[in-house]
Amino acid sequence: MALRAGFRDPVHAAQAVFRAAMDALSRPACIQALAPALTPPEPLTAELAGLALALCDADTPIWLDAPLAAVPEVAAYLRFHTGAPLVAAAGEAAFALIADPAACPDFVAFAQGTPDYPDGSATLILAVDHLTDRRGLAFSGPGIRDLAYLEAAPLPADWSARLAANHALFPRGLDILLVAPGRIAGLPRSARLREAAEA
Amino acid sequence: MSAAAPLPEPGYNFAYLDEGTKRMIRRAILKAIAIPGYQVPFASREMPMPYGWGTGGVQVTAAVLGRSDVLKVIDQGADDTTNAVSIRRFFGRTAGVATTTHTSEATLIQTRHRIPETPLSEGQILVYQVPIPEPLRFLEPRETETRQLHALAEYGLMHVKLYEDIARHGHIATTYAYPVEVAGRYVMDPSPTPKFDNPKMDGCPALQLFGAGREKRIYAVPPHTRVRSLDFEDHPFRIQSFDRPCALCGAEAVYLDEVVLDDRGGRMFVCSDTDHCEGRRAEGHTGEMAE
Repeated sequence: MALRAGFRDPVHAAQAVFRAAMDALSRPACIQALAPALTPPEPLTAELAGLALALCDADTPIWLDAPLAAVPEVAAYLRFHTGAPLVAAAGEAAFALIADPAACPDFVAFAQGTPDYPDGSATLILAVDHLTDRRGLAFSGPGIRDLAYLEAAPLPADWSARLAANHALFPRGLDILLVAPGRIAGLPRSARLREAAEA
Repeated sequence: MSAAAPLPEPGYNFAYLDEGTKRMIRRAILKAIAIPGYQVPFASREMPMPYGWGTGGVQVTAAVLGRSDVLKVIDQGADDTTNAVSIRRFFGRTAGVATTTHTSEATLIQTRHRIPETPLSEGQILVYQVPIPEPLRFLEPRETETRQLHALAEYGLMHVKLYEDIARHGHIATTYAYPVEVAGRYVMDPSPTPKFDNPKMDGCPALQLFGAGREKRIYAVPPHTRVRSLDFEDHPFRIQSFDRPCALCGAEAVYLDEVVLDDRGGRMFVCSDTDHCEGRRAEGHTGEMAE
């Protein structure tokens, strides 16, 4: 089996992916375009692979969820193109790639950062099927002018409770990137879930 | 004036830094955005310019910059001073990006100690060069202690300092690097910008990134984020005001620089933001000393 190719133009492709991720986190719950030209081994999506190749290297342990960890080609692809160690313990990971978001482990499984180094927390990247910012859960906070809405599926049933608990940890907490084909949205720990959920 | 993109010089990676360094800085920027006002440590590199000339800002700009960006660099508001010209040329040569002096045309503005007078817009990025990122550093020299103070949101020390200003001078005498509270949590040094610019940081639609090269810290203020200058109920925060308009363009309510004209006390006050001043003069506004 041949190894799938990475970025054709690594410098500018990585910059484009980073800028999409930066825009997504600086404008929470606002969808940005993200279309890395990659055909990674399934079930790794092009967006998951693009973010991993743009942001991960030997300094950033990656955790893979069960569907990704079950495919040796995915591990080989990420090892070859990023050089990042793949860890079995979710708590050791800087980035978690999640292809089955409905089965996303509880947030406490991941590094939350410490009060004096809150930047030591993990970034979760979830590949969802459905992602829209026209309706859904309402968020406020830094990067949001009034309210922003985000709906994604599939997600765990207790998703909104998890997000509220994650924000309550601030300045500790996880940062979440949601990707769907061609798009990305961010939910940093600073995003506050509002009660009145429907737009 | 806009310069068309020249070809980058061969032998350098795009925007000078290697890709591993860019990835490390990019990860720090993402965490900085997620924790507004918190100083993220990063492995600052030596740059081909001395510390104090913007090595932190240059590294942030290099990590963020893309081929389609239009770069503006200002030094104390001016596009034509040494620091601004050399950094603009640096990225022109190593990245081949288009450069401009017009605030409204730029997608990325690297600044040393001013925020442009022209309001920034959605989608723009403002990168600050920061000498001392820690607002508590002159009150508490130990990093272990200041880190603890930030972790506990214990900012009484800063209020004591502002209070001592009032006790000694009758008002808060801090005029630049005036401490701000970001999104209701971290107290942050806005870099040595005049406090005149502090209100522009509040709810700014542009993303604000801060890079301190020697001190190895990156921090950020996302768009539309509450930035409050610290003050007291009976001594509210006030910005500087000038008793005369710009001598060249007649602008009021802008930040002015004093220019000494001779050795007999002659002086003039002109806009510190050269692009703003030139734009106004092109529109026909004149001040008392315009030729």
